[in-house]
Amino acid sequence: MKRLIFILPIIGFVGLAGFLGYGLTQDPKELPSQLIDRPLPEFALPGIADAPNGGPGLVSASFKGEPRLLNVWASWCAACPQEHPVLERIAAEGFPVYGIAWKDKPEDSRAFLARYGNPYSGMGSDFPGRTAIDLGVTGAPETFVVDKKGRVRFKQIGPISPEIWEGQIKPLMQQLRAEA
Amino acid sequence: MLRLAALAAGLLLATPAAAVMPDEMLADPAQESRARTISKDLRCVVCQNQSIDDSDAPLAKDLRLLVREQITLGKTDAQVRDYVVARYGNFVLLKPPVEGDTLLLWVGPFAVLILGGIGVLLWQRRRPASAADTPLSDVERAELDRLS
Repeated sequence: MKRLIFILPIIGFVGLAGFLGYGLTQDPKELPSQLIDRPLPEFALPGIADAPNGGPGLVSASFKGEPRLLNVWASWCAACPQEHPVLERIAAEGFPVYGIAWKDKPEDSRAFLARYGNPYSGMGSDFPGRTAIDLGVTGAPETFVVDKKGRVRFKQIGPISPEIWEGQIKPLMQQLRAEA
Repeated sequence: MLRLAALAAGLLLATPAAAVMPDEMLADPAQESRARTISKDLRCVVCQNQSIDDSDAPLAKDLRLLVREQITLGKTDAQVRDYVVARYGNFVLLKPPVEGDTLLLWVGPFAVLILGGIGVLLWQRRRPASAADTPLSDVERAELDRLS
């Protein structure tokens, strides 16, 4: 009994240290998305083309019938050139990638795509940044996996690496294609 | 002395600068002050330990404008806060609400205080009659005299 009193604080300390140590391994930058299993928020964005209203833009209602990726990017984003080859590979493998150019001037977005290539099946320009707030975006790049019914099923914060694509997102896309 | 007083006065007058730009502010001072109060409680999700009121990040500016827009639309403070929470989760509240997963955070310190208090009480009660009650022996008294 006497000994227990001396051991208890040590047990308490080890417990607390373990709890806090686990906390250190968590990345506070990765906020869980509020949108998982919820419909994509409504948006109707202009395009980035050198045309009145930027040409054909991107509307949330078009996210139906097939699973799609929605990539939020910008020409000013440091990690986007690094992610770009992966997006091109995804598009080449036959999975549709749509884009939102976030807080980016359309001419800058166009210059980026002219330089690095354009893997996107459709593009909307969110220069005011309101749609990004509706999506809960905290930084670029971020990518949403949207299922056949227009619901968000997964959110990738930061660039998609080849490993994340092969290991997580591609299997999910294949599963979503198989869903009714 | 005068220089020191000037320094002290300077430090006292220095207040933390807010990131709110004049062109963001609302014309109505009452609405603007509500916007400031709400903004101080909302976390900037880019630079996570600053409020959007303090942060110069572009996303924080967008959120400040959004808060002001919602206020001019006639929303209450709680509705504006809920609007942001619906998009970014409870994490954006610098003062997290009392809920299941935050219970430890809110109750923890009080629980530790109460447990510690009970411990101290038990320890006090179990201690044998304290040594202070027994008078000093002659040897001790002599030693004390020698020391003083």
